[in-house]
Amino acid sequence: MGYQLSFNQIWRNFDKLTNGVILSLELAVIAILIGALIGLALAVIYVSSGRVVRAIISSYVEFIRNVPLLLLVYLAFYGLPTVVNLAYDASTSFIATLSLYAGAYLVEVFRSGLEAVPKGLLDAGKAMGLTPWQRLLYVRLPTMTRITLPALSNTFISLFKDTSIASVIAVPELTWGAQWINNRTFRIVEVYAVTTVMYLVTGYAILFGLRLLERRFRVER
Amino acid sequence: MAQLIDAIVYAIPYLMSGLGMTLLVSLIVVVLSLVAGVVLGVGLIYGPLSLRWLIRLLTDSIRGIPILVLIFAVYYGLPPLGLNLSSFWAAVLALTLFKTAQVIEYTRGAVSSIPRGQMEAAKSIGLIFGQRLRYVIFPQATRRFLPPWVNGVTDAVKGSALVSLLGVVDLMQAINQVIGRTYEPMPLYLLGAVMYFAINYSLSSLSRVLERRYAYIKE
Amino acid sequence: MSATPLLQIARLTKSFGSNQVLKSVDLDVTAGEVVTVIGPSGGGKTTLLRCVNFLEAYDGGSIKIDGREVGYVDNAGGRKRGEVDLAAMRAETGMVFQSFNLFPHLTAEQNVMLGLQRVRKKPLKEAQEIARHWLDRVGLAHKTKSLPYELSGGQQQRVGIARAVAMDPKILLLDEITSALDPELVNEVLDVVRKLATDGMTMLIVTHEIAFARDASHRIIFMTDGSVSAHGKPDELMAQVASNERLRNFLSRFSAATH
Repeated sequence: MGYQLSFNQIWRNFDKLTNGVILSLELAVIAILIGALIGLALAVIYVSSGRVVRAIISSYVEFIRNVPLLLLVYLAFYGLPTVVNLAYDASTSFIATLSLYAGAYLVEVFRSGLEAVPKGLLDAGKAMGLTPWQRLLYVRLPTMTRITLPALSNTFISLFKDTSIASVIAVPELTWGAQWINNRTFRIVEVYAVTTVMYLVTGYAILFGLRLLERRFRVER
Repeated sequence: MAQLIDAIVYAIPYLMSGLGMTLLVSLIVVVLSLVAGVVLGVGLIYGPLSLRWLIRLLTDSIRGIPILVLIFAVYYGLPPLGLNLSSFWAAVLALTLFKTAQVIEYTRGAVSSIPRGQMEAAKSIGLIFGQRLRYVIFPQATRRFLPPWVNGVTDAVKGSALVSLLGVVDLMQAINQVIGRTYEPMPLYLLGAVMYFAINYSLSSLSRVLERRYAYIKE
Repeated sequence: MSATPLLQIARLTKSFGSNQVLKSVDLDVTAGEVVTVIGPSGGGKTTLLRCVNFLEAYDGGSIKIDGREVGYVDNAGGRKRGEVDLAAMRAETGMVFQSFNLFPHLTAEQNVMLGLQRVRKKPLKEAQEIARHWLDRVGLAHKTKSLPYELSGGQQQRVGIARAVAMDPKILLLDEITSALDPELVNEVLDVVRKLATDGMTMLIVTHEIAFARDASHRIIFMTDGSVSAHGKPDELMAQVASNERLRNFLSRFSAATH
């Protein structure tokens, strides 16, 4: 006991944490964007394909969902470059991993979103003479957006928290910033106290913002 | 190729003992969080307002913190405050906190899905609180609780990989150690991935089976 | 009036937020009496009943069963009875619910046995015998092993009655027990209640079945807006129709059924 709290060292190096949280957000934003593209594309393919294609998409989804993200991060950064001619820095590697990871979760989200579109709406589209592509673009996608938005928000918050794992391959996000300060100042309790608060405040601020956004979308029914 | 096979043969015993540690950590976390989560989940529904707020605050905080940060915070943050935990127990404690928050949610969801009249009928025949839970609420809540809970065990198994960062030799750490000696990262990561996949896929399949079975039970 | 009433309700008040649902209700029920509460929806009938076994905590006044205050140690709004004490008091009042509230994971027999085993501490064999006896009395001897979802609404409600009376309560509370039933199933349930009345079971009944109230009960209470607007023996109450406009209005809606 007798540990004296002292935050001076933390504030002196605070830029490591602020830069870290910004990078964490950037990583999460890029991953959700790429992940949403992957997820949406695969979901559309899934609902309109036969058993073989479905099985392939399912294997991707199940593989990613059942393996620790930490292992995927290692695999992509340390493993992959040894078998294919690939030279990428840690950030790029992590973004690629997190995007594929997000994609696997979002396939499910979009697939259930697409299947939740009432059949009557699609029949109405058919009756109007819309082509399958037009039905997808003008009927299915707009109607399912409202259904999938909450799940997208939740996924984004999860991804934001998952960016902490990038610290293991020295991507200078928030957790890495905390470790950097910790290694130099040994103000362990203070660093993790401040870092924890930063994750909480940022995460809940985003969630609050996204919920407001969802409500806006819901109004335009 | 022969070198690769040698590397894998060399790796198997290490991975198996690492797998043992992964399963041990997961098991302890799952058991502790089940007990704590159900108790706190019941507190969240039936407790006095102050207790409900406290539990809400606890779960919402834990759910907002990355598991990795939780693990570091417990491992590095507690000793200066006078509490020394081994890396194993620090990791177990952090993962248990994370899982407990989940179990609280499953419990709340399962129990609050039971119509209010059930509790009232149980009261009216003179059962005390503990009996009402044991004979009336829990038997009905179980089938709502079980599928997501079994599926959530995969989160404990996946999360347990993070204990490797504290030097606990679990499956993840065993893989890294073998790679350090054989310089065959890709095959070993894939092998490790397959092992994790085998455990977790079994669990999530079981969860789906349970869900389907319980879906047939009528109200 | 000879004996002290089994149930004594005096100056009972109860509010939900700013809405006062019970405004000083007085009501006594003697052992062996069947008292029916009628009145328009929202008049506080069900709340009154739910206060008697403390499913609702009342704010003021008093409810006594056999001279003991229900729910509170001394007086309304004061310290509440402990869990065990409260449960023991509730075991003395049987309740049958509008929506049956059978335990869906237990068979008809197990529904009746639960309280016998866990509250009355009867051994399995004896609990089973009592359960079968009462299920037989309500005409469900052949359904003892059925789960609630396998039973019709009328059958479920009869199990609900068996579950309540098997506990040998001092008083039975029936809360609109036929309101959720299809019309053709109402009589099988009311017949069971009539039989119980003949056997001398003390009952406080909330119902919309005016005809049933008139010929099955010793006294009828007419409640509107949270207070007793008229009461008396069935024919006494009917005699007040001329002088009590609310009662007249209420009963006129049932005139087709009663005349």
